[in-house]
Amino acid sequence: MAVVEEFRQLRAEPGARGFRRRTDAERKEERAAWTFLFPWFIGMVLITLGPMIASLVLSFTDYNLLRDPAWVGIENYERMLGDARLHKSLGVTFTYVLIGVPLQLAAALFLAMVLNRGLKGLSFYRSVYYLPSLLGGSVAIAVLWKQLFGVSGLVNQVLGFFGVVGPGWISNPETALSTLILLHVWTFGSSMVIFLAGLRQIPDMYYEASAIDGAGRWRQFRSITIPLLTPVIFFNLVLQVINAFQSFTQAFVVSGGTGGPVDSTLFFTLYLYQRGFTDYQMGYASAMAWLLLLIIGALTAINFLVSKYWVHYDD
Amino acid sequence: MTTDVLKNTYTAGALPVRRHAPGGRPQQGRRRRGVVRKILQHALLIVVGILMTYPLLWMLVGSFKPNDLIFLSPGLIPEEVTLEHYTNGWNGLTYPFGRYILNSATVVVGALIGNLVSCTTAAYAFARLRFRAKPVLFSAMLLTLMLPIHVLIVPQYIMFSSIGWVNTFLPLIVPKFLAVDAFFVFLMVQFFRGIPRELEEAARIDGAGYWRTFLQVMLPLTVPALATTAIFTFIWTWSDFYTQLVFLTKPDTQTVSVALRNFVDTTSASNWGALFAMSVVTLIPLFVVFLVGQRFLVKGIATTGLK
Repeated sequence: MAVVEEFRQLRAEPGARGFRRRTDAERKEERAAWTFLFPWFIGMVLITLGPMIASLVLSFTDYNLLRDPAWVGIENYERMLGDARLHKSLGVTFTYVLIGVPLQLAAALFLAMVLNRGLKGLSFYRSVYYLPSLLGGSVAIAVLWKQLFGVSGLVNQVLGFFGVVGPGWISNPETALSTLILLHVWTFGSSMVIFLAGLRQIPDMYYEASAIDGAGRWRQFRSITIPLLTPVIFFNLVLQVINAFQSFTQAFVVSGGTGGPVDSTLFFTLYLYQRGFTDYQMGYASAMAWLLLLIIGALTAINFLVSKYWVHYDD
Repeated sequence: MTTDVLKNTYTAGALPVRRHAPGGRPQQGRRRRGVVRKILQHALLIVVGILMTYPLLWMLVGSFKPNDLIFLSPGLIPEEVTLEHYTNGWNGLTYPFGRYILNSATVVVGALIGNLVSCTTAAYAFARLRFRAKPVLFSAMLLTLMLPIHVLIVPQYIMFSSIGWVNTFLPLIVPKFLAVDAFFVFLMVQFFRGIPRELEEAARIDGAGYWRTFLQVMLPLTVPALATTAIFTFIWTWSDFYTQLVFLTKPDTQTVSVALRNFVDTTSASNWGALFAMSVVTLIPLFVVFLVGQRFLVKGIATTGLK
């Protein structure tokens, strides 16, 4: 929420203060500010901005760490057009994002609504639901998932109890990605906490006033809760799309680093890792990284553009 | 903080009852319906909670079951308890697992100190000091919030390998001293903005310089934000996999994430017990930090939308 607001305010901020002579105090403050910012600034230049530019330059070269980079123009980008595995990885990632994110947000919103009804034990439930989103990114949980959905895993044991013989969910290319989507949905807790915080900010008086006018629960949900919550939904959506697009660990561990079976869990980031750190095609990997940046940037821009039509801000 | 949440949600939740105040018997019926609804809601929440935590408990129990029994029953009560998975798993890789824990702990402590020092000072400048480049630099900082690590990792790898830092902890620790985690800078900025300016102004009038004001007046007030930063840094660094996988390729520097992943690849399918045991070992620190730091975590994600 806060981040989005920050960006909206930035746009409204008036420009620089012109070329007025500055006072000694102002100059002193400026100097102090730079001493505070010094480590951050070095990091910005050396760890963030520098590598970003380097990666753009590398994307126009052929480089394998051993020989000097050779300029190849847009060859890497042309190669991406014809790279079937890259297309497959884009398909897998988009499927994951477009199904996983809405499902995860829906679960988060639904449970936040139920929890917000003033039930006893709110903080207990909240902790229980939040825990998976904290652990979900770790290798240990990927190990667990691999087992849960294995041929003789917990899921199939439970199914067997009902007389159903389940497939090897992870070894089957038809279902492997679904298990990862499910893992993503399982980590809805952090979005839920953000929704809960948003729900708390809706003033009670809106509900009281609408109740006097005879609005029922459903009507209140549709006409008060959802519209007032749209900034929070939007914030969660932007954040989750950006995050989901960069998912790596779970697919990597579950598929043993291959993205298999039959590339069915080959996330874009996983393919990028293979190209960069298995094949040492640093130029091609950089081109892929920039494609990723462009896609994430475009998705975020689309989100912001479309938000005009459905997000309501108070001001 | 927690009581705050409870208070607010309770008043919101009490509304439907208040709404139907007039009338005698219908109100009673309403109340009874309200009770039924409450019970149904609790039932729903409990079922979802069990579904969500069952896999975790199953793994915990499985780590104590003999291998041939793990897959025989989905139940949680072990028929036979064994500790062999823990001893096997602990010694299942090149080094004893303690070595990897120590490596992870080193990285975590380094990252923790780095983030606490560098993000706090940067945030103070952004939140409180006036300087001409602020709008540009602040937007740059906000933009890096959304920058994928994948764009930076290849050049970073080339850079760190050219100065011989690959297979050391330096690529994982040094950047933290340069405030590269914009999330924490932003979190701190938000926090500093909430502190009344009068306190600083008083200190400045008394002749304290900017650094002294920061260290002696502001820093003691930011303890909650520092705690949030510390807890998130711990959790993220401990469970980080991608950068550790890229920068640590030799067994002697590998962290628990990388070691556990190697263990998956080298362990035969029949020895899930040892794998479970070591997974549990790596989750314990996360779980403990979660228990201790819950309220900071909730506050942290509510204000900045961290994971």
